[in-house]
Amino acid sequence: MASTETSTQSSTRRGGAGTAALSGLAGLEAGLDALETAVVTSTPRSEVLRRKVLPPVVAVALVLVVWQVLTWTQIVDPYKLPSPSAVWSEVVDAWLQGTLLDYIWTSLWRGVSGFLLALVIGTPLGLLVARVRFVRAAIGPILSGLQSLPSVAWVPPAVLWLGLNDSMMYTVILLGAVPSIANGLVAGVDQVPPLFLRAGRTLGATGARGTWHIVMPAALPGYLAGLKQGWAFSWRSLMAAEIIASSPELGIGLGQLLENGRTNSSMSMVFLAIFLILIVGIAIDLLVFSPLERRVLRSRGLLGRS
Amino acid sequence: MASTLTKAEDRTAVAHAARIQHVSKSFGRPGAQQLVLDDISLDVAPGEFVTLLGASGCGKSTLLNLVAGLDAPTVGSIETPGGRPALMFQEHALFPWLTAGKNIELALRLRGVPKNDRRDEAERLLGLVRLTGAHGKRVHELSGGMRQRVALARALAQDSQLLLMDEPFAALDAITRDVLHDELTQLWHETGLSVLFVTHNVREAVRLAQRVVLLSSRPGRIAREWTVDIPQPRRIEDTAVAELSVEITEQLRGEIRRHGQH
Repeated sequence: MASTETSTQSSTRRGGAGTAALSGLAGLEAGLDALETAVVTSTPRSEVLRRKVLPPVVAVALVLVVWQVLTWTQIVDPYKLPSPSAVWSEVVDAWLQGTLLDYIWTSLWRGVSGFLLALVIGTPLGLLVARVRFVRAAIGPILSGLQSLPSVAWVPPAVLWLGLNDSMMYTVILLGAVPSIANGLVAGVDQVPPLFLRAGRTLGATGARGTWHIVMPAALPGYLAGLKQGWAFSWRSLMAAEIIASSPELGIGLGQLLENGRTNSSMSMVFLAIFLILIVGIAIDLLVFSPLERRVLRSRGLLGRS
Repeated sequence: MASTLTKAEDRTAVAHAARIQHVSKSFGRPGAQQLVLDDISLDVAPGEFVTLLGASGCGKSTLLNLVAGLDAPTVGSIETPGGRPALMFQEHALFPWLTAGKNIELALRLRGVPKNDRRDEAERLLGLVRLTGAHGKRVHELSGGMRQRVALARALAQDSQLLLMDEPFAALDAITRDVLHDELTQLWHETGLSVLFVTHNVREAVRLAQRVVLLSSRPGRIAREWTVDIPQPRRIEDTAVAELSVEITEQLRGEIRRHGQH
């Protein structure tokens, strides 16, 4: 019965060429949109705590326990491995003397301003290498080769060129960070889907407008990865420079603190310096780069879980 | 056909939206060149809806790129008097770093629309594709059909007289595609745009077009044309659509068989 009805209906419509076709279009589309749009659910806070916060806390606690056990049982010479409490009292001493924040600030200021300078130089350089074929052929290989050169190698020439001062530190930071920032941008630009460039060109985004509206935003994830690495390289280069080149005018940064610990044979001071270097590096990554990267990826739907 | 001309006249005074004259295109190095398009001549009248139909390797997407100005013909000339044509791809090609609305506003900005007018114009265009309220949606939050509608709205934002469409519905499911056929037909009626629509789907070609142009493959040549005078709105299931589709499919199969013979 039902099938007969259907066939009659469709045969009448064949003559009339689908007159009712457009009247229900809006409702039809609204229905399709509702059916096909995914429902977004957010993960509860306790779940985030359990999955993201708990594991690293457990790992750190475990390391501290093993460390404490090693010093208690005196398996390792206490001169080579100070107890956690000895390192902690070093922290408290430095804090009470008011020097702890000075150490950190001296290095952090150099690191951050050097990184920002590297950003200002590395970005146009990367863009030039990525977009101009001649420039890429000329300096592209050198630029990516420079990344594998440990930046500590630049310390001796920088000292000879500039002497023991802040410009020498910045030079070493730049030589370490500029190539990674530029290379990150080049990689980001290379990964821009050609479809976006074609779409941009049909919309009239050519030349500088194409670079600004299409290429740069499309390359942002790769660029951010380059910045992240650039920061790591800045920080590493700076530490190398501070360890090797110490002079009274330079003040005491974390690198000098480490070197002072060595010359004073104070293992707890060495440990303090290493921890502070590590903590600053991790903190910048966790507070600046990771949230930035997550935000960019999430807004583009490139992050698995939201 | 008469009604098309009237619509064309009130939109523009020029005689054609696109004029393709003796266009050939080869790829590859000199000496080892492959001819992809061979002596194509085709006019699209203002307000006309033309589909380019062909099997793989007929160079239909290449031809569309040439008309869009993304590539230059080896021989021949292409004129688009209405300015740079708008182009819609099989993939939505929306920029994921912008919201749906901002994608449209970027097209407006590149066209030179003043900043204060962009938001309203984007809303109007979204309304045209029935996506009012989707301005702030991220691209990945939209379904496939919605993305193509935003892409259509972005193409319309160029305010070009010629809309080029490169298999824009090929990646969609059949239900969504059917709805978007209705949508496109209606928009074409409302805007009076000229459309050059590339597809390998014979029924889609007949469902949408006033004129179906069949291209042969390797190299692409115009094999035959049909004028479709079935009144709109049509449905893809209509007998008249089906009958013409059968005829065109026969011809298309004939073109494909020729390639198996040598």
